[in-house]
Amino acid sequence: MGFTLAVGTFLQHLINGLTLGAIYGLIAIGYTMVYGIIRMINFAHGEIYMIGAFIAVTTFTLLLGAGVTSVPLALVIVLAISCTFTAAYGWTIERVAYRPLRTAPKLAPFISAIGMSILLQNFVMLTQGARSKSLPPVMTGGVTLWHDGDFSLGLTNIQMFIILLTVALMAGFTLVINRTALGRAQRACEQDRTMAALLGINVDRTISLTFVLGAGLAAVAGVMVTLYYGVIDFYIGFLAGMKAFTAAVLGGIGSLPGAMLGGLLIGLIEAFFSGYVSSAYKDVAAFSILILVLVVRPSGLLGRPDIEKV
Amino acid sequence: MRVPFFARAAVLALPLLSISLPAFADIKIGVGVPLSGRLAAVGTQLRRGADQAVADINAKGGVLGQKLVVDAVDDGGEPTQSVAAANRLVTDRVAMVMGHMTTGTTMPAAQVYADEGVIVITPSSTSPELTAQGWDTLFRTCGRDDQQGQVIGAYLADHYKGGKIAIVDDQTTYGKGLADAVRATLKARGVPVALNGTLTAGEKDFSSMVTRLKSADVDAVFYGGLYPEAGLLVRQSRTAGLKAAFLAGDTLASDEFWTTAGAMGEGVMMAYNADVRQSPAAKEALDSFRKNGGEPNIFSLYSYAAVQVWAQAAAKAGSTDPKKVAAVLHSGQEFMTAVGPVSYDAKGDRKQNDYVIYAWHNGAYAPLAK
Repeated sequence: MGFTLAVGTFLQHLINGLTLGAIYGLIAIGYTMVYGIIRMINFAHGEIYMIGAFIAVTTFTLLLGAGVTSVPLALVIVLAISCTFTAAYGWTIERVAYRPLRTAPKLAPFISAIGMSILLQNFVMLTQGARSKSLPPVMTGGVTLWHDGDFSLGLTNIQMFIILLTVALMAGFTLVINRTALGRAQRACEQDRTMAALLGINVDRTISLTFVLGAGLAAVAGVMVTLYYGVIDFYIGFLAGMKAFTAAVLGGIGSLPGAMLGGLLIGLIEAFFSGYVSSAYKDVAAFSILILVLVVRPSGLLGRPDIEKV
Repeated sequence: MRVPFFARAAVLALPLLSISLPAFADIKIGVGVPLSGRLAAVGTQLRRGADQAVADINAKGGVLGQKLVVDAVDDGGEPTQSVAAANRLVTDRVAMVMGHMTTGTTMPAAQVYADEGVIVITPSSTSPELTAQGWDTLFRTCGRDDQQGQVIGAYLADHYKGGKIAIVDDQTTYGKGLADAVRATLKARGVPVALNGTLTAGEKDFSSMVTRLKSADVDAVFYGGLYPEAGLLVRQSRTAGLKAAFLAGDTLASDEFWTTAGAMGEGVMMAYNADVRQSPAAKEALDSFRKNGGEPNIFSLYSYAAVQVWAQAAAKAGSTDPKKVAAVLHSGQEFMTAVGPVSYDAKGDRKQNDYVIYAWHNGAYAPLAK
């Protein structure tokens, strides 16, 4: 019994870590795409995710009030509404706070991003209140994969939903970047914006779309978190943003598969460290590993060494 | 136009005169509570209790033949301001102080009162640290955080003696203090703790803790921490299929716990003040409150009791001299108050333990049937 119980516990930590990692990965993609295309860290991205979560709670509450009882229907509506609104936020932020500073010294958009992050956080705090908002459990149930005595290895429906949707979105995104005109334009802008513009690519539009897509993914993560934990507050964007940014750097910032890998790694490290060592030190563990990786591979796990641009 | 200096001085001095004049023959009861700021709502209720107690005592002839008057100052709920408020009350030569509201404000103010030898009775500061300072002028009418721990520990020992008990805390003063008190009570009863864990306040993901609880196959979990994390922990545990009983401290007496945990919060237990409004001792006070502005908040009863305790002790001491009154208070004799019988140990803590176990059911909580 002892051995099987240990294996079961290990697998349960694995499932928990994968779920958490999937959420981090989705947010990390937003950081990495924006960095890839305009070489700036969009620090307001965590707040975009937070706004996505708030819109999800509001929409769910409205739908429940309107008597919508079908969970899949409610989910589709919530995802659609949350992504649309959040994408609008992403587009506006780029238009208002970053585009006017695109040719300014590097520090300017950086400060602008931090300012945007504080602005959005306070905006939500003032309009929605500083207390946490909660949602009654919407998606319940799950499957028991295996059990031993009273211990059962479980995969809840929400965890399944989060992992599957993340895999689908990541596969879709890889296709978009590698196979579509938008993806080609993005990669072109990433390599040389001036040249891409000379060749007839609408650079402004491509950058805007990058922000819109990143924001959409963050909104999906926001919806997932709302479903998974059921409680959100105006401050969740900060920590999640930091973790996702770390994930993006760990995987190699600018690299899409890197962001996914980094997210999963951070999620797994947190789950296993807090499961077997101490939850109080899990952030220390995650960041120590980040430092170790950067010492050995400064460009991250899957990042290409930056070619000096002349 | 130039106003002569003496005229201006006279105008400025007028409000001062109107405050201090009627006080010469009367006994001043100091009230130091937040009357402004974010805690003002409760502070106002505390003041209402003191006002009502003074009115009721005066109606029965006052203390030692003298009338009582309230001297209320605003401490804003801030530690720095509470020191200023305490100095002001001391200069006003109050006979006792009802206050302050939070441990953070009572702590620095009590030092001032101790230096000046003024009796202070707090209606709502529950930290054990307060009475551990050794001030013999400090008393309280409320309970102490660790008394909750004793009640919970005793409940766990009674009901889960043969089972596996887990104790999880959030590493805050409140949460860890509670958890330590529960551990100490269990140890004294010889009941082992199967799992000790911590989590971090402000986090949302407790799946690792839940997995540990499941692997250890625990029968009961005590959580020392605040309601947001308690709600999440219960919710994530139930979702993962953990069937253990859950207990927590009085922080769970908040509707937000139920919003977070939803129907999964069914049966979750907590320690909370016995509702003193039901007790026969509260009846007389409640009647006078209802005649003067309606149903009181539970806090008003505790501040009402603070004034009552002092008045009864002063009457027994035959003097308002703080040393003599404190000696009567420390003597361990029982005073009948709006919150039931009150008697003190050497530290100024109540001997009675007011806490009982409540359980959540269908979105509301009620005391567990004995």
